[in-house]
Amino acid sequence: MSSNAITIPGIRVEGKPWLEALHEWVTTVDHKRLGILYIIYGLGFLVVGGVEALIIRIQLMHSHNDFVSPQTFNRMFTMHGTTMIFFMVMPVLFGFANYLVPLMIGARDMAFPRLNAFSFWLSAFGGFLLYFSFLGGSGLYGAGNAPDVGWWAYAPLGARAFSPGHSTDYWTLSLLVSGFGSIGTAINIISTVLCMRCPGMKLGRMPLLVWLYLVMGGMVLIAITPLSAAQIMLLIDRYVGGHFFDTQAGGSAVLWMHFFWIFGHPEVYVLVIPAFGFLSEIIPVFSRKPIFGYPVMVAATVAIGFVSLSVWAHHMFTVGMNSYANSFFAITTMAVGIPTGIKIFNWIGTMWGGRIQFKVPMLFCIGFLFQFLIAGLTGIIQASVPVDWQLSLSYFVVAHFHYVIVGGILFATFGAFYYWYPKVTGRMLSERLGKWHFWLFVIGFHLTFDVMHIPGLLGMPRRIYTYEPGRGWDTLNLIISIGAFIQAIAILVFVWNLIRSYFTGAKAANDPWDAWTLEWSTSSPPPAYNFATIPVVASRRPLWDLKHPEDPDSRYE
Amino acid sequence: MQSAAFLSCFVTIDAAADPTSTATNIFAPQSTPARSILHLSAFVLAITGIIFVVVFTLLVYAIAKFRARSANTNSEPAQVYGSTQIELAWTIIPVLIVVVLFMATARVIHAMQDAPEPTNAVKVTVIGHQFWWEYRYPELGVVTANELHIPVSDVAHPTPTFLQLLSADTDHSFWIPELAGKTDLVPNHPNRMWMDPEHTGVFVGQCAQYCGTQHAKMLLRVSVDTPEDFARWIREQQRPAVADERVAAGRRVFETTACINCHAINGTVANGRFGPDLTHLMSRTTIAAGAAPNTSQNLRLWIQNPEAIKRGSLMPAMQLSKSDLDSLMGYLETLR
Repeated sequence: MSSNAITIPGIRVEGKPWLEALHEWVTTVDHKRLGILYIIYGLGFLVVGGVEALIIRIQLMHSHNDFVSPQTFNRMFTMHGTTMIFFMVMPVLFGFANYLVPLMIGARDMAFPRLNAFSFWLSAFGGFLLYFSFLGGSGLYGAGNAPDVGWWAYAPLGARAFSPGHSTDYWTLSLLVSGFGSIGTAINIISTVLCMRCPGMKLGRMPLLVWLYLVMGGMVLIAITPLSAAQIMLLIDRYVGGHFFDTQAGGSAVLWMHFFWIFGHPEVYVLVIPAFGFLSEIIPVFSRKPIFGYPVMVAATVAIGFVSLSVWAHHMFTVGMNSYANSFFAITTMAVGIPTGIKIFNWIGTMWGGRIQFKVPMLFCIGFLFQFLIAGLTGIIQASVPVDWQLSLSYFVVAHFHYVIVGGILFATFGAFYYWYPKVTGRMLSERLGKWHFWLFVIGFHLTFDVMHIPGLLGMPRRIYTYEPGRGWDTLNLIISIGAFIQAIAILVFVWNLIRSYFTGAKAANDPWDAWTLEWSTSSPPPAYNFATIPVVASRRPLWDLKHPEDPDSRYE
Repeated sequence: MQSAAFLSCFVTIDAAADPTSTATNIFAPQSTPARSILHLSAFVLAITGIIFVVVFTLLVYAIAKFRARSANTNSEPAQVYGSTQIELAWTIIPVLIVVVLFMATARVIHAMQDAPEPTNAVKVTVIGHQFWWEYRYPELGVVTANELHIPVSDVAHPTPTFLQLLSADTDHSFWIPELAGKTDLVPNHPNRMWMDPEHTGVFVGQCAQYCGTQHAKMLLRVSVDTPEDFARWIREQQRPAVADERVAAGRRVFETTACINCHAINGTVANGRFGPDLTHLMSRTTIAAGAAPNTSQNLRLWIQNPEAIKRGSLMPAMQLSKSDLDSLMGYLETLR
């Protein structure tokens, strides 16, 4: 393989007039720039969604608080959920896919660069459309701005009888538009992985992150499609007199639930599978060992991909499915825990016997392992249907899925930021600020989401803008809110670290972590065409082979 | 199940046993469905707890034992790629655990959901509205709102209550943590749930499925009565509304304003269905689905300015003149 990459200055556009630079970014079809655009866009919405979460937490600090009106509160949790899933986590993960997949498989770009740009701008405008509802949502009805139907918009709440005005339309259209963007990106990822690998990069030699993005792409195609279909049906209901979900005219509310969750549950895995990928890259490097059980990790991922398509109705145990359906979705949900457990064991196996270096990326991955363990186990508890009859729709569920999304996905993504930031910018993130970020976030996270399980056990339902005194929820909610503010401070430290290190961080070498995958063989930041000569690989760890010619991996695979 | 007993000692908050308290707790069951769930959750918690301890210990051990020390940072550790035996072990064991958990779960699902309805069961139709509860006792000819009365179920002579769950508008969910798990009220999709409370007292809960602006103040109160009290309550509710000539003026106000568009009072021309039946309004302890105690002052405020009590409720401000309001209040307060 070749490591004599040509560094082409000018991937960063300093020195050009700002208008020209802006024009280059807006019209770019380069996978790295689109990746960065996705990530910056997602980070922007992380802050917006975070502010919405803080408004929710201030309102719930004590009983009968009137910081915001019930209408505003309902908009806040709707926008928080929609924003964080569709316009924060999805874009950031797509951004990493865009940036890393071609580099890791030794390609010069994605398979369809213009489709890539098109997909990004669709997703971007989807987000703008959602937030434009604050201005345009009232329509002629004066019905109140911004959607307030909850992020899953259960029928018939989304029908015109219950949601006059245009706020629900903005919600529908923004998901429809960004959904098309997601489908485009998924097609692009799958095509890139299948068609653009460098010589020698057999499927069985791809870095695990690439494998996981391949599975994620397939799941996006299957999951987003029914969501888009449902949104179109809802629009037909609202404007062309359809009755799919219009219960007043004999439509079915349960049908919407099925449509939404056959998207919604695979979506959780769409989001968590790249996080698994980050761990599978970072843990080996900082344990100084190859991933334990590579073929099993691939098999477990594919198994998760398939099984997770059959678990969606575990969100619906309380809606009155018959006992056979409930039993079916109980066993599929429990079963998906098996490949997930195997993954956790393999990561422990990777660390076992290694020399673990506690750099910030590794810290976040270790945080992930502990938290995802708990998130998985509370998931198993809720898969036990009768127990879920108590826990479903309560704050226990809210705690559970934030454990998955924040404690799992977000922690892994933070790890990924610290790990790949030197490659993307050519500068290291500050370790000192990174440790502040990590520990503040760990403390805030556990204060908020550990405690949040308890009000659920004490009967507190989700999505209530206030609660009665004397239910025993006051103190717990105050602690939860304090934790939320600590997390907010940690995020500020993180953003500050991103900005400050960009200008004053230590210069990064091509391979600052002594890693083994192809992206570290090129310069930091990589040149526009990534590799001067397309590399040729002989094992899963091409850079290991290069650094240890006496004992290459290719001898064992 | 011993673990269940242990668990309830550990997490039960005493308040739940005190019928006057408004605290709720899924670990303080007072009825068979809630108790079966507690037993199952103790079992599930025990298994997941063991898994947690094992994996947590492995993780902590790996992190502590295999951390890089300054002495060996320059050499790479042995490169191990995997082990089929170990992979098989940590695949088969979880499969067995899942099988056990599923069996335990399926048993309780069947016992709860497919329980036959005894002929002596009290039948109640619960209809969810934005943002209040309607209760109809079809076999007893009673219609009431927001405060459900059911008889206590003696172990020797079980009298369970079976609820038929319907919705008039959006989705709702009926949840009294001490009595049973929650079941949703979904339009065009009738559901069923049951409970057989072991003790008398008032049990609270609230709507658990987001149903619109005032989802938060759609509170539930279930009064579990002795069989005698329940029979008396039913007899009182079956009577038509009091027709007291001294408050005829108030009744006229009620019958000639928009009140009757939404509310019903048995024995008058008022037969609206959008709002709660007011035939025996004064027999209830709260108004506005539990948002405020049923006092004369609150009721007056509720009629004139519902937004002050429950912002976004569908009750319009009636804007009555003071004399009309006084006579209306006089009438309503006779509706015992």
